Amino acid sequence: MEKNQYTIVVFTENKIGLLNHVTIVFTRRKINIESLTVSESEIKGIHSFTIVINSTKEAVEKVVGQLERLVEVMKAFYYENDELISQEIALYKIPFSAIENGVEMGRFLRNNDARILEIQKEYIVIEKTGLYKETQDLLEKLRPFGLLEFVRSGTIVITKPMKSLETYIKELDDKHDSMPQI
Amino acid sequence: MSENNRIAGGEAVLRCLLEEGVDIMFGYPGGQIMPFYDNLFHYTNRINHILTRHEQGAIHMAQGYARVTNKVGVCVVTSGPGATNIVTGLADAMMDSTPIVAITGQVPSTLLGTDAFQETDIIGITMPITKWNYQITSADEIPAAMAKAFYIARTGRPGPVLIDITKDAQIAFMDYSYKKCEHVRSYFPYPKIDPTIISEAAKLINEAKKPLILAGHGIALSNANSELKELAHKADIPVATTLLGMHDIDSDDPHYVGMLGMHGNYGPNIKTNEADVIIAIGLRFDDRVTGNKATYAKQAKIIHIEIDKSEIGKITTPAIGINADAKVALRALLKEVKINTHKEWLAEFDKTHGIETEKIINRDCYPTEGMIKMGEVVKLISNKTKGEAIVCTDVGQQQMASARYYDFKDGSEFVTSGGLGTMGFGLPSAIGAKVGRPEKQVVVFIGDGGFQMTIQELGTIRQSKIPVKIVILNNHFLGMVRQWQERFFDERYSFVDIPSPHFTKIAEGYDIKALYVDKREDLENAIDQMLASKDCFLLDIRVEKKENILPMIEPGAGVSDIKLE
Repeated sequence: MEKNQYTIVVFTENKIGLLNHVTIVFTRRKINIESLTVSESEIKGIHSFTIVINSTKEAVEKVVGQLERLVEVMKAFYYENDELISQEIALYKIPFSAIENGVEMGRFLRNNDARILEIQKEYIVIEKTGLYKETQDLLEKLRPFGLLEFVRSGTIVITKPMKSLETYIKELDDKHDSMPQI
Repeated sequence: MSENNRIAGGEAVLRCLLEEGVDIMFGYPGGQIMPFYDNLFHYTNRINHILTRHEQGAIHMAQGYARVTNKVGVCVVTSGPGATNIVTGLADAMMDSTPIVAITGQVPSTLLGTDAFQETDIIGITMPITKWNYQITSADEIPAAMAKAFYIARTGRPGPVLIDITKDAQIAFMDYSYKKCEHVRSYFPYPKIDPTIISEAAKLINEAKKPLILAGHGIALSNANSELKELAHKADIPVATTLLGMHDIDSDDPHYVGMLGMHGNYGPNIKTNEADVIIAIGLRFDDRVTGNKATYAKQAKIIHIEIDKSEIGKITTPAIGINADAKVALRALLKEVKINTHKEWLAEFDKTHGIETEKIINRDCYPTEGMIKMGEVVKLISNKTKGEAIVCTDVGQQQMASARYYDFKDGSEFVTSGGLGTMGFGLPSAIGAKVGRPEKQVVVFIGDGGFQMTIQELGTIRQSKIPVKIVILNNHFLGMVRQWQERFFDERYSFVDIPSPHFTKIAEGYDIKALYVDKREDLENAIDQMLASKDCFLLDIRVEKKENILPMIEPGAGVSDIKLE
């Protein structure tokens, strides 16, 4: 079956070991995690995992089901790329000599929508946010200057659907009982 | 015993157990759980602790206990090897949805992560095989964590919960107060039913010409046996059960048509691929039930009632998924399902049953020559216990023979390791079942292979005087593996030959009455003696060496390709 890029967003309690719990679900199905970001959501105490994988739709649906089955997971969603606004941040460390050698760094950075974070005697640190392809392009452009270090964050996403997390959680409460109603 | 509320963590654990109605637990002491055991010393008039001979025995006993009482089974073990020894039982309970609270000792919190003596990361190890787990490092956390553990273990789709308690948390004093857990923010155990889906499902059932109910473990777990029966009778629908659903419906019920799956009955398997509507209740379409899923029930509209949402659509593509407790869903359905008759359809099952009886059942249960057969023993015991016993099994050929030939009547229970297929489950699960339901006759069928995996629990039987009836169906072979080697590996019998010891002599060492039977004419008398005994009794029955369990859906084959020979 055809594999596509999917982004899974998981809302959870903030509990020790939960990352392990979440990743085990992927490990069991032998799905590699391309990127992973965890942060607190707009609701205090509820954390969100943003996980990017390449997989089939069928596998993604089942993974989401298995994630929601975890006691401390509130809700999990999966999205295709066109349902998301996503960004990554990349940091590049290059030798200071890159400037000394007469590169017009100011224009170069403006053209690439990047900025300088830090200048030291030996190196400068450049920051760029964007899609994977954009940060990757800049990486290729900076390689000739003698790239010292490079790091890219996981993808973070904002979803296009208008329903808020709070609404989802309220719906979950409305649709469930804590005890069997017999 | 102090009833004041400034108490040690270990005592707090005990008070929590009492709050949750626990009066029996199974365990084995060791270094890091010793403070708890010291507190337990003063609570033995309120909690019966069964000392096992191995931690695996303790958890299987808790499982057997939980399965027949519908209560949470509790076991207590120490850290490190004690904790890792219950891993198999946790995995088993996870697969078979058994409510368990397992308490493990842990090294003092100051030593966590230092490879201290008998330290193991049991939280990490058991994450994929527990419904929930939690490490308590401070005595103050005990009541809330214990309350949550019991709530999670028994609600929704039940499962095992592990609570790991550091030694210092057991020793430290805390101010005890207990509040039962009734809600966990991120946990949704009981989905409310959507009435429109119930109406759609009822419509499908009302219009069906060849409806078939598949009943699973969820029926027993939600105590929905009477609702199942009512649906079957009202709409005149045949009921087939999974291995764990054997006791869902009285085997005498005219709507009961047999067991599903690899070694299930002929009719329900082939008719699965003829039914127009399948109502699957409280089951997960295990591959041992579906065979090759590419050819499984493609013609049928499936209504899947299941409390675990992630099971709906996991294996099959149901026309209607009802994410609900089985009892709640059935009650709602019953209001809209109409009285109906499917006489001809039901008669077809009589026909298939006739074929199976002639080709297999008579041969298995009523042989007149050759060595004793497994089915024959099970059928005799079924008749003599009127189908009302609690039947436990180990895993393998005797398990299938027990499921096929014990006639489960109302009040019977079937305790077997379904999903995980754990050899060694039989004996300890029977001990747990007997402790939980002392008024019932508890019979366990075990092969000579599985018996030797947890044979040390004969010591538990001896010490705690637990009158279970042990039936070893002894063929000196790992029979099921041998059967596969015969059929699929050109009879290359690779490491399945186990010259077993004299089990009656072993029993004698444990002061357990035992008989060895190898002749058909001695069998009935031996069974009578065993069943009449007020004490534990062991029968070592020498059965046919190379018996095959049939019918069989061979690996890769579909349900309608089930083979009768």
